[in-house]
Amino acid sequence: MYQDVILDHYKNPHGRGLRDGQAEVHHVNPTCGDEITLRVRMDGTTIGDVSYEGQGCSISQASASVLNELLVGKDVSEAQKIQETFLELMQSRGRIEPDDAMEETLEDAVAFAGVSKYPARVKCALLSWMAWKDATAQALSGTAAPKESA
Amino acid sequence: MTTTPSAGRALPGLLDTEAIRKDFPVLDRLVHDDRRLVYLDNAATSQKPRQVLDTLAEYYERYNANVHRGVHVLAEEATALYEGARDKVAAFVNAPSRDEVIFTKNASESLNLVANMLGWADEPYRVDRDTEIVITEMEHHSNIVPWQLLAQRTGAKLKWFGLTDDGRLDLSDIEQVITEKTKIVSFVLVSNVLGTVNPVEQIVRRAQQVGALVLIDASQAAPHMVLDVQALGADFVAFTGHKMLGPTGIGVLWGRQELLEDLPPFLGGGEMIETVSMHSSTYAPAPHKFEAGTPPIAQAVGLGAAVDYLTAIGMDKVAAHEHALTRYALERLVEVPDLRLVGPTAAEDRGATISFTLGDIHPHDVGQVLDEQGIAVRVGHHCARPICLRYGIPATTRASFYLYSTPAEVDALVDGLEQVRNFFG
Repeated sequence: MYQDVILDHYKNPHGRGLRDGQAEVHHVNPTCGDEITLRVRMDGTTIGDVSYEGQGCSISQASASVLNELLVGKDVSEAQKIQETFLELMQSRGRIEPDDAMEETLEDAVAFAGVSKYPARVKCALLSWMAWKDATAQALSGTAAPKESA
Repeated sequence: MTTTPSAGRALPGLLDTEAIRKDFPVLDRLVHDDRRLVYLDNAATSQKPRQVLDTLAEYYERYNANVHRGVHVLAEEATALYEGARDKVAAFVNAPSRDEVIFTKNASESLNLVANMLGWADEPYRVDRDTEIVITEMEHHSNIVPWQLLAQRTGAKLKWFGLTDDGRLDLSDIEQVITEKTKIVSFVLVSNVLGTVNPVEQIVRRAQQVGALVLIDASQAAPHMVLDVQALGADFVAFTGHKMLGPTGIGVLWGRQELLEDLPPFLGGGEMIETVSMHSSTYAPAPHKFEAGTPPIAQAVGLGAAVDYLTAIGMDKVAAHEHALTRYALERLVEVPDLRLVGPTAAEDRGATISFTLGDIHPHDVGQVLDEQGIAVRVGHHCARPICLRYGIPATTRASFYLYSTPAEVDALVDGLEQVRNFFG
């Protein structure tokens, strides 16, 4: 479960810290107290930035770091496809053996395949991805108030 | 780190765990292929001895029938077994009368039952907008949320005792917290996170001064120490069966007889009535008044077997075993670098539940790496999130022991934590 890739992201997270964005969400995992505050900045249809702060286990923290690395700079439609692929992998209960196509889509996020065997930890891995999905929907619909970093 | 198992095995007061463990089939299980199970999650639920498992099977194989209804042999035998379990529980907690023992499905239902009764009661028990409810910051969610609901519905004010830095109740302002307006004081006897054993007498004395009722959540006490409801001096005591070697689905509420007579029922249905017409009903006397519908019959009978098992060993001996083990565990755990105990650091007035944090390593990660070594602990906020908020931590890792726990298992935990540190260090 604890792949080196996951531990690397946990110890040296990418893009951590809150920066400007059009939408901010706060998601928690009530069973364990993991939480994340996440902001999305859209540049047109491109994911300009995903910034975040939170506390939680290595899985939830590493997952947020991988998300940042993977989605920033991508077009939103492609990012949504990556998110759906990651969701599918995490809900597979260990039954999906990632193939080359999946590895190409998910890059480092493939390392979380082993986590899907542990139902209690799947929510940890998905916390930031669900927060991103929520924040992106708000940013795109224009309903959210802009958030500025202090 | 070197382990010192010999020091642990020589502890005075330990039970003959080698013999006891033979009664618990699950303790022989291997997990993750070849790891011997080290079960340290007893505050969540206990394992069950063969005597309880056999009783459950025998009940269904030989006696199964609904209770208090039929005139046939099985119905009478099942009723005798169910009511026999009530006698056993009554004796176990030294209840003055068997009719004061109400079977529920768990401690949460017992606590909710009292909260609801007080919302519907007549004077002098009624909780309404001019009255106050008192709880503490170390309650399980099951002794917080029912009172929040009651306060919201009635307009009553919810107050609570805070905690000291070393994990005990701060009773310095007891006269301001429990006042003439207080109708009910509900608190935990032994904390499921901190392990703290609370000073019942001081709280009960103040509550009685102002005429408030007292409800004690004994979920983490009944399995581990002599529980004497008369000595406690409370009006209600709640606990659950599955933490004390019994099956899930069976809980207990003990209440003083005159209160049970005066207070209104909680759930309506079969068994709790005297007569029913389309216009109104009258109710059966307690305890049946509070046991609507088919009760958890096999589970009650199983709890009776668990009570027999514990009584045969002796609750004073169980308590002594756990005290010795707690003292040893606290000594060993302070050796672990970066480990911070959350709760009292001394074994006095403390149960065998030990929560801690380990540096910056999240409890989920601690629990996962321990699990890979076969060690089962609980991680998270243990349904008592206000405690985590109070101490400014997101969650804790919790090891909790029982009568079959051994010093070698304490050593395994300490070794396991060393591996966790190596892994995430």
